[in-house]
Amino acid sequence: MNATLGYAFVLGGLAFAVFGAVVGFVGGLRHSQTGYTWVLRSVIGFFVCMLMANAVMVFALVTHDFSVSYVAQVGSRATPLLFTVVSLWSALEGSILFWGLILGCYLLAFGLAHRKEPPVAMQLAVGTMLAVGVFFAFLIAGPANPFHAVSPVPLDGPGPNPLLQNHLLMVIHPPMLYLGYVGMTVPFGVAVAALIRGELSPTFMAPLRKWTLIAWAFLSVGIILGAWWAYAVLGWGGYWAWDPVENASFLPWLTATAFVHSTMVQERKGMLKVWTVALALASFILTLLGTFMTRSGVFNSVHSFTQSDIGPTFLVFIGILLVFSIALLSSRAHLLAPERPLDAPVSRETAILVNNLMLVAITFTVLLGTLFPLISEALRDKRISVGEPYFNRMSVPGFLVVLFLMGVGPALPWGRPTAATIKKQLMLPALIGVGVVVVTLLLGFRGGYAVASFGLAGFALTVTLRELLLPAKVRMTEHGERPWTAVVRSAQRARRRFGGYLVHLAVIMIAVAVSASSSYVTKTTVTLKDGESSKFGRYELTMRGFTEGQEPHRSYLAAKLDVKTPDGEVRQALPRMNFYERSTDPIGTPWVRETAREDLYISLMAFSQAENTASFNVWVFPLVSWIWWSIPLILLGSAIAAWPTRKKATATVSAAASPPVSPQASRGAA
Amino acid sequence: MTSQARNRLFAVVALLIAGAGLAYIALGDLEENLVYYWSPGELLAQGEKGYGPTVRLGGVVKPGTIQFDSGSHELAFQLADSHAAEASAVKVHSREVPPQMFRDGIGVVVEGSYSSNGVFESNRLMVNHSNEYRAPKEGEDPKQWQESLKGDTTTTSARTR
Repeated sequence: MNATLGYAFVLGGLAFAVFGAVVGFVGGLRHSQTGYTWVLRSVIGFFVCMLMANAVMVFALVTHDFSVSYVAQVGSRATPLLFTVVSLWSALEGSILFWGLILGCYLLAFGLAHRKEPPVAMQLAVGTMLAVGVFFAFLIAGPANPFHAVSPVPLDGPGPNPLLQNHLLMVIHPPMLYLGYVGMTVPFGVAVAALIRGELSPTFMAPLRKWTLIAWAFLSVGIILGAWWAYAVLGWGGYWAWDPVENASFLPWLTATAFVHSTMVQERKGMLKVWTVALALASFILTLLGTFMTRSGVFNSVHSFTQSDIGPTFLVFIGILLVFSIALLSSRAHLLAPERPLDAPVSRETAILVNNLMLVAITFTVLLGTLFPLISEALRDKRISVGEPYFNRMSVPGFLVVLFLMGVGPALPWGRPTAATIKKQLMLPALIGVGVVVVTLLLGFRGGYAVASFGLAGFALTVTLRELLLPAKVRMTEHGERPWTAVVRSAQRARRRFGGYLVHLAVIMIAVAVSASSSYVTKTTVTLKDGESSKFGRYELTMRGFTEGQEPHRSYLAAKLDVKTPDGEVRQALPRMNFYERSTDPIGTPWVRETAREDLYISLMAFSQAENTASFNVWVFPLVSWIWWSIPLILLGSAIAAWPTRKKATATVSAAASPPVSPQASRGAA
Repeated sequence: MTSQARNRLFAVVALLIAGAGLAYIALGDLEENLVYYWSPGELLAQGEKGYGPTVRLGGVVKPGTIQFDSGSHELAFQLADSHAAEASAVKVHSREVPPQMFRDGIGVVVEGSYSSNGVFESNRLMVNHSNEYRAPKEGEDPKQWQESLKGDTTTTSARTR
């Protein structure tokens, strides 16, 4: 029953997507006004069908209807309700179904937000997005159908992958990542529409920027949550390993980040048009490549817990999109010629251009390293892997340059700054950066990259804070406003600028945290008998036996450790191993004591209750939690930057955007 | 040729040169950091060429060969191509505590290098998890069902280093 009903909704979604895509394209190409209503109606139909199909699946999961193939695959009567609902995205078929729902949400949101805009332009954009919807609805209906009827009906199922029911982060990490991935469909649709129409007018560019930013924010948060999950669950003592699955989400993030910056040059200077649109297209194609890599099981990595036959379907779709995008770009490039040449080698637009080149270079090398093992195995039949040193060596210098430019770009005005301006703008931040380097060296920190990153972070932080607060300071002196009012008002007047710099602060936080936690990590392995103690750094660990327990879906064994912290306090640490009924191997949960300064991370490796001994891997990671705590800042900054503008505000923005403006004035409004 | 077209030509040429340079550096670095994935038999077949380079060695732990000194955390065992008794095997030495599920006959991947003294020095040990699940068939003994799972180890998902 559920199987039939769910499948009917999937087919309904497919029909709406096909209809809407065809009407949108035909109407858009014929410059017809009438079709848009029908396109919007099919968007609503697609959304409702996807929503209902997902609702049916969740209902089937919760009611343990094992006649539905997906429920038989991931459901189990022993799994708690929360993880049962979450198992909607715990395996391939369900996650593609969930993907369809998110696409439906994005389409609906886009349709509602832009229903009043010129129909000819928008129906092409929505038509393109619905065409993507056709592909995913086809996937759900065909190769990845979760609604197969199972006969005979099993009495119980195996439950979702234990790794995925081990931590609450698994409840929010995948939806965030999907919101980021699927969100790139919207800029893709708008970019294709702009290319077909051969114009990058504000009609296209404003939504393109806004929706890319939304997807970018979700993608950023999804990536950080994924790193946090790996850290808190996998217990190997790290958060990033350049695993293909991690790279898959990182690649579109890099190009989307490049886009968010190049679009400012495009908006203000009328340059980098082809480049900007190409980045929007590339981000979307890379999200599809990422889905292909994570979902088809081509890599044998932690996340590819399912093998499937959707791989070829995805490859064909990616191939079609690549050819389509390149053809579209090259046939329209002449319409997107720059309106003016680059003025000066030292200016904000140059800084952004170099930042873009760096980000794309990193994308290229990471992509090369990620795909190389696949190519090698396919062509030479040799199984290889690319070591982490490659990725670090190829990307770290690039990221340092990006960090440097994060200070240079905002400090410099657009256009052609004088030598005096450059000096005035960069002197103080540069001095602070050098000061940070000197202080860290005096404190005894070594390691070229790490110390350099601290110095560059100091440099970029100074510039960012100054740019963030200078307008408020001006308001305080000119209007006599109180500090808080001045900050809020200055933020309201230039929201994209203010939000952008908040995000820059978050990125600086992450940069410092990543280099500190990777350069100054310490690790030891200890085996302790009951009552035995061991010192590690500023901590002392004492073994206090074992404790066992039972939870609804698992039982666990934990080693009890008394941890004496540097401030003299004694805490009980319980690193544990979880035993799932249907799984042969235990899954560990490390114990982490988190402070702003450093994390103490204890992973139970092995134990013997007979001999009363346990072995632990113990790490101390300086500053690592700053990575996760940057998330609120990223969300806040992106929300401020992307918040819908009222009509009046839109008018001022577009007025400020139209060149030429004096360098000083344009700096204020950026 | 207008100045704009010339500028663009310059830009394209510069980009191409930069791209080629980047590709050259990246491929060179890639070549240095490639880690080959071999079975013990393949490693032994390399002869002297097998000494030195960092490789990943995948196989199963030969039953009865595990020696672990919990005081010094010295682990030694033999890694074999397969469960067959006559399968070729390589001695592995490691300085870390093996994960709990490390046991006779389990699939293991070690990363490290082989030297002329006939010992593979591992600096990273990964145990193959059996990540695929299936429900027991009706009337099937749960014990047997668990045993049947142990055979098909698929993905590595525990890493230690």
